[in-house]
Amino acid sequence: MTRIALPDFCLVVLIGPSGAGKSTFARQHFLETEVISSDACRGMVADDENDQTATGPAFDLVHFIAEKRLQSRRLTVIDATNVRGEDRAEYVRIARRQHALPVAIVLNPGEDVCHARNAERPDRQFGPHVVRNHIRALKRGIRKLPKEGFRQVHEFRSVEDMAAAVVTRQPLWTDKRGEAGPFDIIGDVHGCCDELEALLARLGYTVRFEGEGDERRCTVTPPEGRRAVFVGDLVDRGPRSPDVLRLVMSMMAAGDGFCVMGNHENKFLRWLNGRNVKLTHGLAETVAQMEAETEGFRETVRRFLDGLLSHHWLDDGRLVVAHAGLRQDMIGRASGAVRSFCMYGETTGETDDFGLPVRYNWAADYRGDAMVVYGHTPVPEAEWLNGTICIDTGCVFGGKLTALRYPERELVSVPAAQTYFAPVKPLGGPEDQRSAQAIDDDMLDLDDVRGKRIIQTGLQRSVTVNEAQAAAALEAMTRFAINPKWLVYLPPTMSPSETSEEGGMLEHPAEAFAYFRKQGVATVVCQEKHMGSRAVIALCRSPEAAQARFGTEGNETGVIYSRTGRDFFFDRDKTEAVLARLRTAASSAGLWAKLKTDWLLLDAEIMPWSAKAQSLLRQQYAPVGAAARLSLAAQETVFRTAVSRGVDLDGFERTVSQRAERAADYAAAYRRYCWPVESLDDYRIAPFHLLASEGAVHMDKDHRWHMDQLERLTANGDPLLMATAHRFVDLGDTAAEAEATAWWTALTGAGGEGMVVKPLDFVTRGPRGLVQPAVKCRGKEYLRIIYGPDYDAPENIARLRKRGLGRKRSLALREFALGMEALERFVARAPLRRVHECVFAVLALESEPVDPRL
Amino acid sequence: MLLTIATTHRPATDLGYLLHKNPARCHEKSLPFGRAVMCFPEAEEDRCRFALAVDVDAIGLVRKPGRAPGLHDHYVNDRPYAASSFLSVAIARSLNTAFAGRSKHRPDLAQTALPLEATVVPLAARGSEGLAQRLFEPLGYRVTVTNHPLDAALPDWGESPYITLHLEGMLRLQELLTHLYVLIPVLDNAKHYYVASDEVETLIAKGEGWLEAHPERDFIVKRSLKRRESLVREALARLSETDAETEAEEPQAQDAREQDLEKPMRLNDQRMARVAEVLTAAGAKRVIDLGCGQGRLLRELMQNRQFEEIVGVDTSVVALERAEQRLKLDRLPQRQAARLKLLHGALTYRDRRLEGYDAVALVEVIEHVDLDRHNALERVVFGSMAPGLVVVTTPNREYNALFEGMAPGALRHGDHRFEWTRQEFKDWAEGVAGRFGYGVRFDGIGETHSELGAPTQLAVFERSAP
Repeated sequence: MTRIALPDFCLVVLIGPSGAGKSTFARQHFLETEVISSDACRGMVADDENDQTATGPAFDLVHFIAEKRLQSRRLTVIDATNVRGEDRAEYVRIARRQHALPVAIVLNPGEDVCHARNAERPDRQFGPHVVRNHIRALKRGIRKLPKEGFRQVHEFRSVEDMAAAVVTRQPLWTDKRGEAGPFDIIGDVHGCCDELEALLARLGYTVRFEGEGDERRCTVTPPEGRRAVFVGDLVDRGPRSPDVLRLVMSMMAAGDGFCVMGNHENKFLRWLNGRNVKLTHGLAETVAQMEAETEGFRETVRRFLDGLLSHHWLDDGRLVVAHAGLRQDMIGRASGAVRSFCMYGETTGETDDFGLPVRYNWAADYRGDAMVVYGHTPVPEAEWLNGTICIDTGCVFGGKLTALRYPERELVSVPAAQTYFAPVKPLGGPEDQRSAQAIDDDMLDLDDVRGKRIIQTGLQRSVTVNEAQAAAALEAMTRFAINPKWLVYLPPTMSPSETSEEGGMLEHPAEAFAYFRKQGVATVVCQEKHMGSRAVIALCRSPEAAQARFGTEGNETGVIYSRTGRDFFFDRDKTEAVLARLRTAASSAGLWAKLKTDWLLLDAEIMPWSAKAQSLLRQQYAPVGAAARLSLAAQETVFRTAVSRGVDLDGFERTVSQRAERAADYAAAYRRYCWPVESLDDYRIAPFHLLASEGAVHMDKDHRWHMDQLERLTANGDPLLMATAHRFVDLGDTAAEAEATAWWTALTGAGGEGMVVKPLDFVTRGPRGLVQPAVKCRGKEYLRIIYGPDYDAPENIARLRKRGLGRKRSLALREFALGMEALERFVARAPLRRVHECVFAVLALESEPVDPRL
Repeated sequence: MLLTIATTHRPATDLGYLLHKNPARCHEKSLPFGRAVMCFPEAEEDRCRFALAVDVDAIGLVRKPGRAPGLHDHYVNDRPYAASSFLSVAIARSLNTAFAGRSKHRPDLAQTALPLEATVVPLAARGSEGLAQRLFEPLGYRVTVTNHPLDAALPDWGESPYITLHLEGMLRLQELLTHLYVLIPVLDNAKHYYVASDEVETLIAKGEGWLEAHPERDFIVKRSLKRRESLVREALARLSETDAETEAEEPQAQDAREQDLEKPMRLNDQRMARVAEVLTAAGAKRVIDLGCGQGRLLRELMQNRQFEEIVGVDTSVVALERAEQRLKLDRLPQRQAARLKLLHGALTYRDRRLEGYDAVALVEVIEHVDLDRHNALERVVFGSMAPGLVVVTTPNREYNALFEGMAPGALRHGDHRFEWTRQEFKDWAEGVAGRFGYGVRFDGIGETHSELGAPTQLAVFERSAP
């Protein structure tokens, strides 16, 4: 019985003459979908599995499928004769490109067996020379397989061997996804054992060195459940490299530690192996220190270093530790390129003023989901960038030794006791004081928003944006929206309540209550719906606070923008003046302290409508009123004259008079929302959600909390600010429902737009999933400016009642989920592209054709 | 909307025969979009007046399947009230005999010029002052136009776009109806139906005998045959709130304004020629026009075989569609077409498709990008695309003083986020060059004024050898 232990991710190339039993072997040991058969591909391109003229296209297909499978990290088996080196070369190239190990399995049961098998098959009636040639080629090449790049070669020389083969799979050495945290990941130590001991002590580990010479031992006791992971570069430059090695080796032996290979270990190992290496970059110090150690210790170290892996893929795939970092397309894969990337990173091929190679900033392009923790490049402060972090804070150069606590994402450092080694290039001193993430966020990538996209959100599983919607959003975003750094949220659209059947009405609170009752909501909040313009307000305590949190560069202390992301006032001074007054209000309400924040994000309505919608009013609404008035007045006059002559108009003159009245009502409706704005005091800002502040998206608080906070904000007497009138209604409490309905009737009777009904909890799930976060009930007169002056004429309203809310509601939920996801990501300090993709998606969905009257 | 027609011909009641309507009764005609109600408020021997009111079913129109996009589904609109192509259709359908110049009972009178008066109310006279006069006076009418306030309760909102149009003239009834039929939609400048190719035939037939020699003939034809809007525009319109003052004008209108200002100099032609010249002289083969708009520079570059690959990038899908039409991309020979690529993209996003080219042109583009997005633009162009050559043109603000009719401090284009003086441009360009490792030289395009410089400024960035 022959056992073959394959890496669970590799490219298996079966090699054997025609009739050797490759397909049978493949069927026995692999999934059908794992096997790419050249015959099957021939069939696909030419309808005939034996059509030799289709060989070229068939192999193109084999190669293509292999590449795609490996790209998605799937074990792949090539079922073709592959007896010639040139046939195999392409597989080795593909495997290398995808960082998969190439494995050869040679099946050669002997010429006779092959002949006999081919003879049984009517489609394989070729001469014996074919198999003979195959075997000859195979024998010529078999010894060269390792040299061709195959990392494992297995050979079966008889039918019996093949039948008895057992194929097992094992994870790659680097694949430690089964190892769960918590971890303490420790940056480049470079022989600074004193600092390492101090750092471990701060992390709660007990370190004890004892004995001298051969007897010297180190024991480390970690805090309960925690383990250490070293990012490599344990040695060189610093004073106590052997002790550092002792410490790490003892932890690994005890199962309390992991370590990946650093470039310094690699070079040191070559020296230990007796290779000719230059004693530069601090290796001389290590070598000198090792001279004092025994031969046995040196051998222990050699074996230890020889076993170090390029990277560790940990904690269910959520964490990657590699010395110089790792691109997402190399994680959990194996190739020379992966190993080299892990040790040295990538360089641009240029050198800087200090003669050092210029490093390519792979982290700026990193798009993976796993957190990548690395060292290698000394930085003054460990900083997050796109979910990656370099924790080499240059201890040996007089910086500090840093650890990252995982999954807490907490940084712990101890300062270097001294500068042990002069850096070639001074540490740090970046020209830009902003965070690396803020600088990287200056430039978003089109690939992160373009084309069809599926966005995972916390509230709804995923939201799809199609290509045309994304294209429309790109134009809106680039031409009209404010700087994406400020645009961390867009509000969702809101659906009206189900259509009312009550006399002359389209919308009524009864339907809103019924909807939420059906969804199992116990209490709702009814908020006055002000007729102004929706605005989102980002308010910061100072320009510095804005720069720190939003990564902006200017002196602005916030923004006020519309529901499509445009600047609300188009006037920086006015915006700042409004923000200053909001800031004062927030201070007197004690919101900064209470929420431990120096920024707030508010959802609000800004009135009057005419302030923002001046041109819409003058170019759309008022002209309709004027045209209606002129047209109907003229008609009234002529019809009255005709009737006075005795012409019977069949009541048409009365219809016209009624319409003239409705036209007057229409003009009265829009006029209520217009007043001249001469100074800031003429505006009214009515906030209704306190969306987010430092460290928190407040969707976990109910609307009582939101209303309380905002009531405080508006309580300081500034006429600019206005509380949103509201009441809470227990559904099923008939009196409360009746009271709220009466309130709505009074509000709308006085010309108000209406009210918004929301479940008490910001996010509510019902029997059929997410419940609408809000439903609006608009007043009878307000709807006149939405549906036209004559909408409530009996013959019209009957038709208008046939309106479908499905699309609007689905859109509202998708946009709500995206908006909340954007905030969650923003608050969690995700890279801007992750926030932006959600905001961009809201804008994209807004291009979906939905009845604009809803 | 209401049309009245009166005559003082005696007996004036013959108007009833001419219109084929009994003055004693009310008449109703069902129309695809509502109905026409007709009656005679006056029917005396010496004066007779006919009234046609169109009652548009606004709700029905919006809910009708297969309706024209963009026109009727925009919240509320004036279509049920303002005289428009609906009125033209109502004339043609409910007054068909008179419209055809026939009369069963008064065939001679139908061929006789009569003293006629017509009133149309309200009529959206979009466009310049005196348009109604320019359209009707050449046809022999005395024209009276009455303006109306937009909202009497809000006097500071000024006049409405609607007028009452009153016409008096001596002519045949058919002529009057035909003139109204053609010219009401021209004044209104909107049509409720698709303008298809057979519309040309209708216009020529209806205009026979009067349109050929009309001094406003070209204008009338242009407005009558409006192009239909693309569906893309509709999607974009839904996205763009039409409430911000800056968007009151369409981009094309804004472009037109800028071109009007600069027209006497043919500045745009000079700019394109000059940029092409710089790209040619640098030996660039693979070039990108960032913000290519409708492809003016691309056309210039296509004519030079030195350019092997030409890429036009714009953020506006509509502009790219126009560019594709103008460049006749679908009709070019394959080898020619293969040289040109149009891509939808944006200047403030890194775009990997655009990396590795020889040269990039930004012709009148940077001033359309908010200053707080310039760091993104700079990084995209100079850091990530990083071509050997970058050519940038932008208006010289100082020169604006020389444009006639331009208010001080005004910008040349409604979408310009800023315009720079020569010093400001120089500071910016040198900063960029320093940060990204480029050398830069400056020049002007257009006639140079001794103190204020050239109307357009040019910066040519060349990447320093590494």
